[in-house]
Amino acid sequence: MLCDECRQRPAVVHITKIINNVHSEIHLCEQCAQGREEFAEASFGFPKLIASLFDWSSVPGVRRETKCTSCGLTQQDFRRLGQLGCPSCYEGFAPQLEPLLRRLHGGARHRGKVPGPEGKGIKIRRELEGLRRQLQEAISKEEYELAAKLRDEIRNLEGQLG
Amino acid sequence: MSFRTITNRDGSQWMKGEGPEQDVVIGSRIRLARNIRGIPFPGAASHEDRAKVVEMVKGATALAKNLGQIDFVLLEDISPLDRRLLVERHLISPQLAAVEKDRAVILRDDEAVSIMVNEEDHLRIQVLFPGLQLTGAWEMCSRLDDLYSEQLDFAFSQDLGYLTACPTNLGTGLRASVMLHLPGITITDQIRRILADMGSFGLVVRGLYGEGTEVVGNIYQLSNQVTLGPSEEEIISHLENITKQVIAQEREAREALRERGDIEDRLYRSYGILAHARSISSHEAMELLSDVRLGIDMGLFKGLAPTILQELLVLIRPAHLQKMVGRKMDAGERDRQRAALIRERIRTLHD
Repeated sequence: MLCDECRQRPAVVHITKIINNVHSEIHLCEQCAQGREEFAEASFGFPKLIASLFDWSSVPGVRRETKCTSCGLTQQDFRRLGQLGCPSCYEGFAPQLEPLLRRLHGGARHRGKVPGPEGKGIKIRRELEGLRRQLQEAISKEEYELAAKLRDEIRNLEGQLG
Repeated sequence: MSFRTITNRDGSQWMKGEGPEQDVVIGSRIRLARNIRGIPFPGAASHEDRAKVVEMVKGATALAKNLGQIDFVLLEDISPLDRRLLVERHLISPQLAAVEKDRAVILRDDEAVSIMVNEEDHLRIQVLFPGLQLTGAWEMCSRLDDLYSEQLDFAFSQDLGYLTACPTNLGTGLRASVMLHLPGITITDQIRRILADMGSFGLVVRGLYGEGTEVVGNIYQLSNQVTLGPSEEEIISHLENITKQVIAQEREAREALRERGDIEDRLYRSYGILAHARSISSHEAMELLSDVRLGIDMGLFKGLAPTILQELLVLIRPAHLQKMVGRKMDAGERDRQRAALIRERIRTLHD
């Protein structure tokens, strides 16, 4: 496929636009794409892109004027900033954020580091949960060698918990 | 160690030091985003809130032990030129340099550690090592995080992890990246295919100075996209595994170039221009330095240190040139000064 603009080089950038349900496609080579407004927005306007994924009006039962009770952030603010206002926004806007987080991170739960002295314990308990699941699986598949190894790891971690 | 001595020295550890796999990997960076509970993120915070964060972090820095030789720098206390200098050295982001009020950076004297205060998040803890040293950089970054979390109550939720201003950093708050020099797979025309593959591995490719910057001198930054879900160790080992595959492909491409035989002429020509040009743009210099570095890695130009690439890629930038000369220069003057600096560095070969 050749570039829509110069008609000389192969098209490597494909832009699909949907404006008011009107669907249009543009195919460009790299050189021509560099000069395009759409391309500039995609690379420099990352916050805007994030905010556009976060369409509050499409969430049923959510009134548009929803505000964070802690910092007062509104939908308009989020669209403008591409960022949330404060840590509490994540709680207050949990239902609205859910689809966005699923798209960004696959709807996963945090399994990494936990702050503070209790952090290490939480991390170990999480690892234990995973290992116990694997142990059950190993036993049900009669993989006893693996099961023995997992059992030792579990004992070791339980020892660390005290 | 005062700030003056830092910006007057000629380079950071990552620019001069050597590290594993340095024929392809220039440097490894780990960055953690952290915010203090109960205070709005910098972008939405009032001046008072931001000033409070600066004070809290300053206090925590004073109490933290084993930080090493460090410097707490308020951006409003240093000149715009010095701020640009820090950007060119990858110690602060262009975003932090752009606004001076209520912004700070904590720098360790070897410049391997820099902590930005009130950038997009309250804290951005960064460790930058030469070569492929992601695990080492992560361990140091995590220790710094521990030191600060003893003093500061970080915003955290059981399910979402560390809470960040932008949802793209949520969870671990971890961005791990490697800076790669990939002339081989660029010259042999495989780069587009390889870069396209990176997306399917959950990795992002950027130019040298981060988001939205163009690729110059065949230098690419590869980093993780997802921050929530996998543990820090998983994110890092994934990036490291993919990086090792890219390293193998780059070395193979360089071997193929060597066998093709026509590459030597090109590399010597690039060397010739750098050794004799009287005026040179930063873009042209980067492209030619990439060739010279490739030559060094292929056994040519004996006597030139391989670190000439990363050292010069910082030193030939506008703020560094002006700092060196001690005055403002227009683009034409900078091109001449740049050419003179490169000639001087390359001349060591003949001495």
